[in-house]
Amino acid sequence: MPTMLATLLADTAALPAGGEDAFSRFVRLLTVFLLAMWVGFEVITKVPQRLHTPLTSGSNAISGVTAVGALVATASLASTAGTVLGFLATTLAMINVVGGFVVTARMLQMFNPKKK
Amino acid sequence: MTSHAWINLAYLAASMLFIVAFKQMSGPRTAVRGNAIGAAGMAIAILAACFDPKVTGAVAAEGAWPLILIGVAAAIGGSIGATMALRYPMTGMPQMVALLNGFGGAASALVAGAELASTIASSRGETPDPAAIASLAPWSQFAIATALTGLIGGVTLFGSLVAFGKLEELKQFKKAWTDPRRHWINATLAVALVGLLIAVCVKPDQALFFWLLVAVGSVLGCTLTLPIGGADMPVVICLLNSYSGLAAAAAGFVIDNSVLVIAGSLVGASGLILTAIMCDAMNRSLVGVLFGGLGTTAVADSDEVYAGKIKSAGAEEIAMILEGADRVVIVPGYGLAVAQAQHAVRELSDVLEARGCQVEYAIHPVAGRMPGHMNVLLAEADVPYEKLREMDDINPAFAETDVAIVIGANDVVNPSARTDPSSPIAGMPILDVDKARTVVVVKRSLSPGFAGIPNPLFAADNTLMYFADGKKAILDLTTAIQSS
Repeated sequence: MPTMLATLLADTAALPAGGEDAFSRFVRLLTVFLLAMWVGFEVITKVPQRLHTPLTSGSNAISGVTAVGALVATASLASTAGTVLGFLATTLAMINVVGGFVVTARMLQMFNPKKK
Repeated sequence: MTSHAWINLAYLAASMLFIVAFKQMSGPRTAVRGNAIGAAGMAIAILAACFDPKVTGAVAAEGAWPLILIGVAAAIGGSIGATMALRYPMTGMPQMVALLNGFGGAASALVAGAELASTIASSRGETPDPAAIASLAPWSQFAIATALTGLIGGVTLFGSLVAFGKLEELKQFKKAWTDPRRHWINATLAVALVGLLIAVCVKPDQALFFWLLVAVGSVLGCTLTLPIGGADMPVVICLLNSYSGLAAAAAGFVIDNSVLVIAGSLVGASGLILTAIMCDAMNRSLVGVLFGGLGTTAVADSDEVYAGKIKSAGAEEIAMILEGADRVVIVPGYGLAVAQAQHAVRELSDVLEARGCQVEYAIHPVAGRMPGHMNVLLAEADVPYEKLREMDDINPAFAETDVAIVIGANDVVNPSARTDPSSPIAGMPILDVDKARTVVVVKRSLSPGFAGIPNPLFAADNTLMYFADGKKAILDLTTAIQSS
């Protein structure tokens, strides 16, 4: 089921961006949002309780994806305020990304003692 | 294909990798790969962002400056993140996760703020950008999404900081804030927020409204988290996790970026599911956790429950019982984390297993301060994954258990949840340790758990109380068994 949804999601996300009006652009993103939520529900209900802490910290790292927006906001140098705020955002988002993935890896390593 | 299409394709690949990463989280071995796949997806997304037309345009105009700027920011953030992740003790995982959640939320709010500042700047000046002017029209997608990102980001950051303070047990946060006026304060803040949300949507070109919205959202984040007590922390952590995802998704609507929307909503969904699981495990509604606080019953009850029925025992006596046991189940709670007793517990199980006894661990879903907290601690002490049993899985086995050892857990083993319909925890699923032949409760005193109610388990005929600090108690017990 998640695979099917993922394909549908891929098709929707890849629609051309050019020539859309504002409203259809919104509808496109809203579609992506709702489908991704659904995929999320499908996939995450299968994670066992024992792995809930790594799941929390791992998903936490993924929420640092906002780094993408932060990078563009900083490096486009569109305004002084935008660059300064973007710089701060990039720093915070990278703490979240790197901290989240590293701590999850550290935890998962403990669940697999043979790999120590 | 244009470079724009290539970038979108890279974002798409990153999104798919995120989904696969979540899917791989279903087992401890595949989860290692899942985490690496997630990190790879993130690397692809971040690299692709460096080729965004806005960035390449700035590089063409200004030289390498923009890239140096983001390189410095990424290096600072990355090294702080890596240091925190490697240094923080495993017992402090809930705090660490809370803090990272907060940073994620703050980053999203700042992205919205930065975009707003830049868009306002380019809509003015000598050659106004028509796209920027369109973005700043009342009730545009940009305006609504910016408002929501600022709001959710502010709530997430300050909610997480308060949660961090509580989990770190800082003095200022020791006592839950239970002022009855808090509901009025929250209601006033909520009204102010709705007003400011509308103001930002109607007048997106006034950045002041946006920052006011972030500020009021931040205050609300504090006032919502301050009244919440320790045992409800798992719910708060999950909820904040969900918020940090939703903030990222909202930021995706601000900058029209599907990878932010997809990754953000995956995290949002994950946090919501965990929140629901945690609430179920306490038989409480989310609204009850956030606004209710537990009703406290008369503390005088405890004398009646315990009077003359408490049997206490020392290490030697309990060691003798354990020597005759074939099957032992250890039930850890938050007290195990406080006493840092996970390694001691592991040694005790080693000694028992060497004598041919079967040892397993029963983990309640809300034991500890975040989902799966006990599992991480015990895994740190090299307890094999297979021995950590979930509640529904192990409950039927308690009847065939010789000794159940409860360490630092209280409410999650309180039989009144099953037997007393008027109890504040009535209906909460518990571990049925009282069905074991002998129950040993390691506890410092008879003080009540988070729910503030007496525990009839302590007074049961088959229960022995072992009054001591968790770690010392277990070490003494291990020595007593070894020396016999």
